[in-house]
Amino acid sequence: MNTEIVGIVATYGITLLLAIPLGKYIAKVFAAEKVWTDFLKPFERFIFRLSGIDSTKEMNWKEQMKAMLTISSIWLIYAFFALIYQDKLPLNPDHNLGQTPDLAFNTAISFLVNCNIQDYSGETGVTYFTQHFVLMFFHFTSAATAIAAMMVIYKGLKEKSVTTLGNFWDFFVKSITRFLLPLSVLIAIILAFNGTPTSYAGKDTVITMQGDTTQVSRGPVAALVAIKHLGTNGGGWFGANSAHPLECPNYLTYMVEMIAQLVIPIALIFALGFYLKKKKLAYIIFGVMTFGMLLLFIPTIQGEMHGNSAIAAMGINPTNTAMEGKEVRFGIPATAYWSTQTTVTSTGSACGAHDCYMPMTTGAELMAMMVNCFYGGCGVGFMNYYIMIIIAVFISGLMVGRTPEFMGHKVEAREMKIASIAALLHPFLILSFTALSCYVLVNLPNIHWAFQPKNWLGNPGYHGFSEMLYQYTSCAANNGSAMGGLTANNVFWNVTTGVVLLFSRFIPIIGPVAIAGIMAQKKYIPESAGTLKTDTGTFGVMTLAVIIIIAALAFFPALALGPFAEFFSMK
Amino acid sequence: MKKYLLPSLRLTLVLLILLCVIYPLFIMLVGKVTPGGGDGVKVYRNGKVVGYENIAQAFKSDRYFQPRPSAVNYNAAGSGASNAGPTNPDYLKKVQAAIDTFTVHNPGINKSDIPAELVTASGSGLDPDLSPEGANIQAKRIARLRNIPEQDLLKLVDEHTEKPLFGIFGPAKVNVLKLNIALDDLHTH
Repeated sequence: MNTEIVGIVATYGITLLLAIPLGKYIAKVFAAEKVWTDFLKPFERFIFRLSGIDSTKEMNWKEQMKAMLTISSIWLIYAFFALIYQDKLPLNPDHNLGQTPDLAFNTAISFLVNCNIQDYSGETGVTYFTQHFVLMFFHFTSAATAIAAMMVIYKGLKEKSVTTLGNFWDFFVKSITRFLLPLSVLIAIILAFNGTPTSYAGKDTVITMQGDTTQVSRGPVAALVAIKHLGTNGGGWFGANSAHPLECPNYLTYMVEMIAQLVIPIALIFALGFYLKKKKLAYIIFGVMTFGMLLLFIPTIQGEMHGNSAIAAMGINPTNTAMEGKEVRFGIPATAYWSTQTTVTSTGSACGAHDCYMPMTTGAELMAMMVNCFYGGCGVGFMNYYIMIIIAVFISGLMVGRTPEFMGHKVEAREMKIASIAALLHPFLILSFTALSCYVLVNLPNIHWAFQPKNWLGNPGYHGFSEMLYQYTSCAANNGSAMGGLTANNVFWNVTTGVVLLFSRFIPIIGPVAIAGIMAQKKYIPESAGTLKTDTGTFGVMTLAVIIIIAALAFFPALALGPFAEFFSMK
Repeated sequence: MKKYLLPSLRLTLVLLILLCVIYPLFIMLVGKVTPGGGDGVKVYRNGKVVGYENIAQAFKSDRYFQPRPSAVNYNAAGSGASNAGPTNPDYLKKVQAAIDTFTVHNPGINKSDIPAELVTASGSGLDPDLSPEGANIQAKRIARLRNIPEQDLLKLVDEHTEKPLFGIFGPAKVNVLKLNIALDDLHTH
């Protein structure tokens, strides 16, 4: 059989085999059961003592969110100034310049919120100091923040009637010490042995076989690339991200990076089953997510393997015509697989150039980010799905005439209002800002800005529209992949996407945590014959229907103008 | 919020030391024992560095195997792709021009054998590899210019083809820089 297909099937299979034990382990860590990494406890106590934090003090959901917002604000201010003044800070062997304020605003927010959209290019836009002390720092902390917030929800689902839901700092630090950091060390070592640089040496100058003088950017890449995938962040070291042969040197590192970006989102779903002792619920959620992922992946790989008919018509070899923007060592099926997984999770790294992909791939990537809960990012994937569960519970309750309940707690007007706001914010941000950018492009193409709107797009027609829609979708989904043809490093794009990023991160975290916090305080209603069962296939289908209706109704017109129109314009 | 300000500041400092100093320094130390010592794997010829194993370099001469087109002119200090959409008319003209150039430089080959990878730019602009087909189709041209039997070159490509991972995962590939070094060595013997 085709080794390229076997390669992706094996990659997915290994991901699942690792995700189940990892999920069990994560559930035990957060349930404070005995695990083999308990030898780290003194080390964690040391961290808490240095920080002056009492990690045993129970917090209610509002205190948890205040803690999250406080530390996030500090990080944001620190990152903004570090990026502006990076040229004056150490570890800058390539003598790169400081970022402009609008770019620093965008970059600081983008990495703070786990999006990692990069309006700069890694070789020239940042220094080794900011790569590590700002961007890699956020790779760890943004993933751990979301996992901590998710744990508040898990705890809310587990407890019968409580006001406090664990300690935010405890969840946060343990996410780093118990799995994000140890697994990053392992992955970084694998990358290092396969040729990814690890030293702090700057750009090298070499004379090639033909006698040309050429420069090669390097740096301590492996450490960053490991957590970039594990934390579903996606912001890479080099401009070309994992398409760069030093960032992902061969097929083995392809498999490792691919598994790394999918394993924690899936493990966290299994962790829910182990943590609540409701494995069936976790399997149903996993099943719905996997079904949704396959719905997006199948047209993607089909379209990419069919290739570009316009190039086939030129009379060359008609197989594998979609090689533009792809790398030989991965091949077409593996690149297609990566494009789906990196957009269903919130990773947004790339092993090829997204702008060059076939229209159906772009459409599937957009839909993955519009839905944003098929696996989803570390922690936030489940939170987005949780909103859909709440809506599905409410609608099913109305349909069969039962009080809507989830995990023994009533879903009432207040929770539904929060869920509706969280669900509607996503299409609102994407569509209104895409409309704004279209308006500016069409009506003010020659306005006196340093960078004129008429020069924004890298491609004409439907594809150009897709570039703008993609940029806001990627930001609103905190994904971070981009269609590189769009010139986004200018005041308009840096500022508008920065605003979208801030709203689309903290409201979708605070919303579900608030729902879980409010519901956990309510009286516990034991399960009876009148309870709507939420761990059944029927309810899974119901949730999927809610997801498809919300995504399809809101986004279909925009998708029709972009990737679908381009698809039908190809012969 | 004030209650959390000082703990947040202190935790941030502690984590900066753990995650941004200790962790990458440890990886750097491990990197010392890897191929290339963590500086990237260099390729030597007659004791001189001629490039990086994983970084494509320009081979403009027809006497060498040529790597895939690069949208950034093989600039390894600024990687990137063409970012051209599949229906972009300017892009399709460029592909057509690349096909025409290739057929002019490679007389005697069937146009329908040209793999698309040779007329499309890679994702990084630094793709160091070709598929075996992408190398084999250049053999006729190099054989003529260097007066070597084409069979010898096909054999050379075959010897330098890296099989899929463990023989079953992913595509086969040929590293262009290493292939060209072997090609020059073939000539001198």
